[in-house]
Amino acid sequence: MPELSPQDWQAIAVTLKLCALTTAILLVLATPLAWWLAHRQSPSRTVVQALVALPLVLPPTVLGFYLLIALGPRGPVGQTLEAMGLTHLAFSFEGILVASVIYSLPFAVQPLLEAFRHLGARPVEVAASLGAGPLDRLFTVILPLCRGGFIVAATLTFAHTLGEFGVILMLGGSIPGETQVLSVLIYDYAEAMDYAAAHRLSLGLLIFAFVVLVTVYSFNRRFDGVRP
Amino acid sequence: MTLQVRARVRRGGFTLAVNDSLPTQGITALFGRSGCGKTTLLRLIAGLENVKDAEISFNGETWQAGRRNLPVNRRRLGLVFQESSLLPHLSVEANLMYGYRRTPASLRRLHPDTVRSLLALDDLLGQAVHTLSGGQRQRVALGRALLTSPQLMLLDEPLSALDTAAKREILPFLSGLSTSTGVPMLLVTHSAREVEQLADQVAFMEQGRIERIEPLREALTRPDSPLFNDEGPAAVLEGHLQETGEGEWQFVTRGGDGRPPVHFQVSGQSAHHTSLHRLRILASDVSLALTRPEGISIRNMMPVKIERLEQSDEHRCTISCRLADGQLLLSRITRQSVEELGLTPGDAVVALVKSAALME
Repeated sequence: MPELSPQDWQAIAVTLKLCALTTAILLVLATPLAWWLAHRQSPSRTVVQALVALPLVLPPTVLGFYLLIALGPRGPVGQTLEAMGLTHLAFSFEGILVASVIYSLPFAVQPLLEAFRHLGARPVEVAASLGAGPLDRLFTVILPLCRGGFIVAATLTFAHTLGEFGVILMLGGSIPGETQVLSVLIYDYAEAMDYAAAHRLSLGLLIFAFVVLVTVYSFNRRFDGVRP
Repeated sequence: MTLQVRARVRRGGFTLAVNDSLPTQGITALFGRSGCGKTTLLRLIAGLENVKDAEISFNGETWQAGRRNLPVNRRRLGLVFQESSLLPHLSVEANLMYGYRRTPASLRRLHPDTVRSLLALDDLLGQAVHTLSGGQRQRVALGRALLTSPQLMLLDEPLSALDTAAKREILPFLSGLSTSTGVPMLLVTHSAREVEQLADQVAFMEQGRIERIEPLREALTRPDSPLFNDEGPAAVLEGHLQETGEGEWQFVTRGGDGRPPVHFQVSGQSAHHTSLHRLRILASDVSLALTRPEGISIRNMMPVKIERLEQSDEHRCTISCRLADGQLLLSRITRQSVEELGLTPGDAVVALVKSAALME
């Protein structure tokens, strides 16, 4: 096994931090969103569904481009932040975190939506009639009964963020320790013709991604088996 | 003690429009064909329908006033649905205790021991939810709802997904439950049988409206009642079952005001409903004779007094007869028979009831 360079380790740390935070934020955001999509039949539902699915269709460069404009020093979000005494988000870790959350949104929403549809409204109505409030229902009914959906959502989000490239390059560039994630570093190595370095990271990612998916899917099947 | 509901709900071509006061004593049946809006009304009362134009108050407490809506979990009501609604990831015991644990101790009036014995749940506690039969699941669901000590129970066709045997198993439990727990119940059903067995009052629903709310006793005196759509009029007598010998059962009606009870021979085959308190007798199963006939296979012959004759259709009459205990028995016979026998109100005659007709 070839040695990893300090720069490699730095990129790994940034990547893991980005993936973990994105997954955590998305689980919190996607749960109510998916619940709303699963149980509402309002006209706005279609629009929201399309918005959620947009990152699946758009080239990452398009998403990155508009985010760069919006979050940058002249964009509405960037200017608001600066007016509040903060800094704009272009070429920063916070910026690529926002981008990752938007970019991976459909991968968190879709499995949860499936799980919530499968669950139906009934168990939640029952729990409510038995005196359980909204958070109580989430933790004692929805989470345990949709465990598989949450695991799949978390895994896909994590894995998809791991594979993010175009958006980050557009919005974050390649600042070591800040926005230089593994996929970008591999690109840099390949650009610099350092194929050996690109190879050791690429192979590592390939194996990691495969092992994670296999582990999770086997876990998930076991959980499904427990359910009657 | 009332449940006040005013609501207007449009769903496609269907409109639910109610402005009624529902009784909150004993069991009130919401009876009507499927699609008449009874389940929507029940869900509205429960707070499960997202409706803006509604006002609901229960015993003076406002549950909904337009957009202001008391959430379901704070209405303190018990819900039982048509199909099994037990939480599949919990054991039977955890299901039972789910609501009890969430009920403040000061509001608990019904406790696990009482409810377990009322519904005979002790043997089920250790079982996994998915091993229970349909009837057992509904018993657990009833117990679970009761353990929240609800102010009102809402039952949405709780028996309609069950087969006949399971229905028979659960009916006796259900029939006494409102009285023994003191919890008023609202029962949505399209089955006249269930109304006759369980209800104290009936709200008749048709095309999104409540047409009439009346005590079951009164509803049964109208031969054109919607309850009689399927098999024609029937009388429902109150009383209890009694075993008189090996496989021989009697239904003893409730006497009252110093009146003697009347005894009906009941076929033993289905007499295992020992806690059955109501006996249903179809008018078409009751014949009338001027004198007590000899040499006849019919074992139930009781003196009655004709109270009213009504023409049901071109050929038949429905005759209301007063039994010795004061309850009404209905008989449906042809107009020719009425003319030949010269029956008029006030006549004392003999009603003949096949014992096999007493139970299904």
